[in-house]
Amino acid sequence: MKVVVDEEKCVAAGQCVAAAMDVFDQREDDGIVVLLDENPPAELAEDVRNAAAVCPALAIRLEE
Amino acid sequence: MSIDDDAGAPARVLVVGASASGLTTVETLRRKGYEGRITVLGDEPHAPYDRPPLSKQVLSGAWEPERAALRTQEVLSALDAEFVLGDQAVALDRASRGVRTESGRELRADAIVIATGVRARRLPGSEDLAGVHVLRTLDDALALRAGLSAGTRLVVVGEGVLGSEIAATARTLGLDVTLTGPLSAPMALQVGPLVSGVLADLHTERGVELRLGNGVVGLTAGGGRVTGVRLATGEVLPADAVVVAIGATPATEWLADSGLEIDNGVVCDSHCRAEEGIYAVGDVARWYHEGLGRLVRLENRTNATEQAMAVAGEILGADRPYAPVPYFWTDQYDAKLQVHGFLPPDAEVDVVEGDLTARRFVARYRSKGRVTGVLGWNMPKQARMRRQEIVDGLDAPAPTH
Repeated sequence: MKVVVDEEKCVAAGQCVAAAMDVFDQREDDGIVVLLDENPPAELAEDVRNAAAVCPALAIRLEE
Repeated sequence: MSIDDDAGAPARVLVVGASASGLTTVETLRRKGYEGRITVLGDEPHAPYDRPPLSKQVLSGAWEPERAALRTQEVLSALDAEFVLGDQAVALDRASRGVRTESGRELRADAIVIATGVRARRLPGSEDLAGVHVLRTLDDALALRAGLSAGTRLVVVGEGVLGSEIAATARTLGLDVTLTGPLSAPMALQVGPLVSGVLADLHTERGVELRLGNGVVGLTAGGGRVTGVRLATGEVLPADAVVVAIGATPATEWLADSGLEIDNGVVCDSHCRAEEGIYAVGDVARWYHEGLGRLVRLENRTNATEQAMAVAGEILGADRPYAPVPYFWTDQYDAKLQVHGFLPPDAEVDVVEGDLTARRFVARYRSKGRVTGVLGWNMPKQARMRRQEIVDGLDAPAPTH
């Protein structure tokens, strides 16, 4: 699985961090998404799919 | 008796409503392996699109309307669902789980998901007046955008989230903007007096004229066009264009004779069930939130997604109450506000991080000794990190009144 984030679309909701904190974080100053692991291991795949699904700005794209 | 994994899952699902919550229901069903037939009925002709950009990027012209589409045509096709668009549900028959549409279609399913959202409220008597707008749909946003140009005198009626966003966007485009409504400051109902006071300063600095604290009693017109907004005081605010943003009504007219309980939305149990096999999601759903111990209806983008994911799970047998910590955000000028949880009007508010005067802070809202909500102003991460305090507050036993 490859994770791609669109910083321009991100609204800093942080819902992705709540869903998959080993894969996503937020910048301190403006809350924009920080991708910690663009090729997350299989055991995190379901969490990452949830993170992409709950993103209110559709800023996370997955290539499976 | 069937022994396959899908045992118990309905053979056909009908989703009434093709916006964020309807689409997410479908996507989640497929993601969780549902292989039955899915039909989505939508009243607008457009493929599913996103609403938050309508009052910001689409209205300002920064985005072409296509960019607000929720999914590409290719992704939609891969869902293997039948999209029936441009046709509206007009009646539900509970016994047969059938929905009749305006064009005369009869759609039947084993499970029905009501996702018809809300409709913008209008001012009585304004329907045929040129220059009067609401903003709920993509077509509304494009019509409003076409009606605005620098120098237009725009009056925004309604000081809630949507009205405040429209005022900010229009002001940024160089319009002469007045914001009016019965409360004393922008979003006073949504964020309380402390933060709405900061918002009032922000709008004033940016040149929006605030004429708040007065009800609107009607519009003035000439030659079929709006010319102004009349306040309860008798004063008239001159206008070339007016946006009415005074809230929205659940789109439940089509359910009036269905026998379902309708009371400010489709009334549901804690599993978002209106009755066996019939669910409601998104803005139209009013369900029993077990953490709060009361019915709630949320009109925000995040709930549309999260509730749809929960209902898709229910349809497939998850059997878990839906009790979220709500979340919404608003962007106005350079201010990004993030709100987690509930901000009751009687809450005690403390700034727990940052600085109010620097306009970078986190405010915590407490009611009856429990943290119910957190608001970040240009501090999104710091606000989100306090979300757990709200979860703990919801988990604590409800106080007795």
